[in-house]
Amino acid sequence: MKLRNLRTARIFTSILFFTVALILFVDITGFIQQNFSTEIIFLQFIPSLIGFIGALGLTSIGFIIIVIVTLLFGRVYCSSVCPLGILQDLIIFAKRKIGKTSFKKQKFSYTKPFSKTRFLFLSSAILLLLFGIITGITLLDPYSNFGRIITSLFRPIIIGLNNLLVLLLELFNNYSIYPIEFKGINFFSFLFSIFVFGLILFMSITHGRLFCNSVCPVGTLLGYISKLSFYKIKIDESTCKECGVCAKVCKANCIDLETNFVDDTRCINCFNCLEVCPSAGITYQRKKAVKDLPSESKRDFIKNITIFLIGANILSKAQDKIKVYKESTIPIIRKNGISPPGSISLEHFNENCTACHLCVSACPTQVIQPSFLEYGLLGIMQPLMNYKIGFCNYDCVVCGDVCPTGAITNQFIDNKKLIQLGVAKFVKENCIVYSQGTDCGACAEHCPTKAVKMVLDIEVNKKAPVINEEICIGCGACEYACPTKPYKSIYIESNPIHKLAQKPKEEELKEKVDLKEEFPF
Amino acid sequence: MKRREFFSRSVKAGLAAGAYYTFSGSLNLLGNPKTTQSEIYDLAAIKGGEPDAMFDIAIQSFGGMKKFVKPNQTVVVKPNIGWDVSPDRAANTNPKLISRIIKHCFDAGAKDVYVFDHTCDNWTSCYSNSGLEKAAKDAGAKVVPGNNESYYHKVEIPEGKRLKEDKVHELILESDVFINVPILKNHGGADLTIAMKNLMGIVWDRGYWHRNDLHQCIADFSTYSRKPDLNIVDAYNVMKQNGPRGVSKADLVTLKSLLVSKDIVAIDAAAAKLFGKEPKEVKYIKYADEMNIGTMDLSKLKINRVIL
Repeated sequence: MKLRNLRTARIFTSILFFTVALILFVDITGFIQQNFSTEIIFLQFIPSLIGFIGALGLTSIGFIIIVIVTLLFGRVYCSSVCPLGILQDLIIFAKRKIGKTSFKKQKFSYTKPFSKTRFLFLSSAILLLLFGIITGITLLDPYSNFGRIITSLFRPIIIGLNNLLVLLLELFNNYSIYPIEFKGINFFSFLFSIFVFGLILFMSITHGRLFCNSVCPVGTLLGYISKLSFYKIKIDESTCKECGVCAKVCKANCIDLETNFVDDTRCINCFNCLEVCPSAGITYQRKKAVKDLPSESKRDFIKNITIFLIGANILSKAQDKIKVYKESTIPIIRKNGISPPGSISLEHFNENCTACHLCVSACPTQVIQPSFLEYGLLGIMQPLMNYKIGFCNYDCVVCGDVCPTGAITNQFIDNKKLIQLGVAKFVKENCIVYSQGTDCGACAEHCPTKAVKMVLDIEVNKKAPVINEEICIGCGACEYACPTKPYKSIYIESNPIHKLAQKPKEEELKEKVDLKEEFPF
Repeated sequence: MKRREFFSRSVKAGLAAGAYYTFSGSLNLLGNPKTTQSEIYDLAAIKGGEPDAMFDIAIQSFGGMKKFVKPNQTVVVKPNIGWDVSPDRAANTNPKLISRIIKHCFDAGAKDVYVFDHTCDNWTSCYSNSGLEKAAKDAGAKVVPGNNESYYHKVEIPEGKRLKEDKVHELILESDVFINVPILKNHGGADLTIAMKNLMGIVWDRGYWHRNDLHQCIADFSTYSRKPDLNIVDAYNVMKQNGPRGVSKADLVTLKSLLVSKDIVAIDAAAAKLFGKEPKEVKYIKYADEMNIGTMDLSKLKINRVIL
């Protein structure tokens, strides 16, 4: 392949990867999510890495492939695979189109690397991870940030458009598409997504791929790895005419014309330079690796990280008490957040979830919602079961199927039906049967295992809910359905470690039916 | 469904049903009024056949679907699609029955037939896993969502005691004919769910009913002026315990029965008896009878009882 064609190849690859990632997160039908999520996310670095560490799963080897590719060809990942990276390219592209600037007339220029900054971000994320704290990754991982931006900012727009179309078609008596209930957004996740989106918007418009080379830990890590890579972008001083056009199209701002130096750690292999060079003065070829890992500020870094860790530890204990409903006759306060089925325990979940919100977007009942402080500060934005919004569908394992990191493990449907996320607790004083003296049964009606059953209470001569905790799976159907206002009379208390519920007993009916018997009326 | 295809299927099904029913004489499965000696009944109770065949017989007790559906009218068929379970668990109305009802509607000249329910479980799963979406679509009906408040419009219920107003699905308000097709089941809160209780699936805020004396609200809503033109109770497989969702097939008995009536109280009373309960034990039936919405005294009714 000619070197000039490399850019075209990169553009096609990146459009492909971006499109499938975008579709994955906006898929309002759930079809792509339920069938292709594993394949689509396979090469995403952080999900694959976390999945590998957490589950030691051989299916999560995507990141190893990325490391090998980087060792061979440099940071191809950042330009062709990473959806957040490609999103920045799209912003740069849009800016160019709006400003009617031609490709060659762009005005990027060499900048010095933000070595301390990027090293700080990368090492914080890694160090925290070594302590079992995933929060650094949660906040910085490009894939998860992309997921949140799409889920919090763009998916609602798609849902809105879909619902408008539904209204329009309905006028023509057409019910072929259906409205999707938009069940609200988590305020913090929304703000954080706006912040990150704003940040990449600003950074990419002013400095190209600055985010990838100063904030993104994956970019930094792959940057260090690409120092060793086999193929590199390099200025060939014998043919270079010093026209400087390569540096002007370099989104990574890594071509220094004064020293004829290309900073491998920041080069994202977009191949723009190869395309514009009029004299083959810049090439992509084998080069011997030079070892000079940045060594500055490591001492500062350790100091800072220690302070941060101590602070974080204190903050993490200042956990938000989860008020289920505002005012209260009998206030209902959950002790812990409830993590999705298959997440094993709060500990496993909190350590492995990068808050990409793919499960939030894929959950058919939308019961999975981003948290705020329900898991503590370190679990910020990690999804939880929100029984105000919905309840966990008994016959569904979508969240485990789509989760790329193994924070929610894949479950067979029969196993999932026995996973006890928590158990139902009854607040007699709030219940209609006792407070109003009338029949209700909404909780028992919705319970899929009949862990909540209406049993005659002779004191009030009414059937009232009785809970069999052994077969309760904590799906939250009872809590969601309970009609009492403003507080529910039944709610799920979280199991910090998910338990195994008993299988509901099948009671055989001892009834003989004679189909020839006359009607009883 | 193409009309011709429908016709040929009807004939086949008709022949099958006819085989059960060789001696009954006046039966006309294709609804041709010329050969029907139509004696009009208040209630039809059929036992021992498949749901579709039983419906063919039952609807003749009222002079055929033509008595209810005029050419070019729109029809809304409201089954119970409340739960995300398979048809063999009998938590939702039998798809074969729904399919047959839709066919009769089109045969009577219906322009459009709509099917919907305000489900309890996730609605897309309910629609697909109940088998009802496919059955209805295959029969030519339009399957309409009930999951969004924007479909529901405020109505007054002046005769209600606890329930004075509610929001009702637009299809109920707009369609010319309203056919209510519940399935008979045990119910933790309401004792039994039959025809009156099935109307909880055409309103938006069920929580209000639960908070404000469920039994009274069920009876109250049946006073609402847009009453079903026809009630059809599926009692083929009947959930005797753990209702309304059920835990397994062990909760069911096979009664192979079907009831049809215009009187929503009478059909609930008959279904209750079929279930093995006295109608007056079920409070909303008793209330509805007292409010003169219909009668639970089955001795007053002209009933066509057919055991196949």
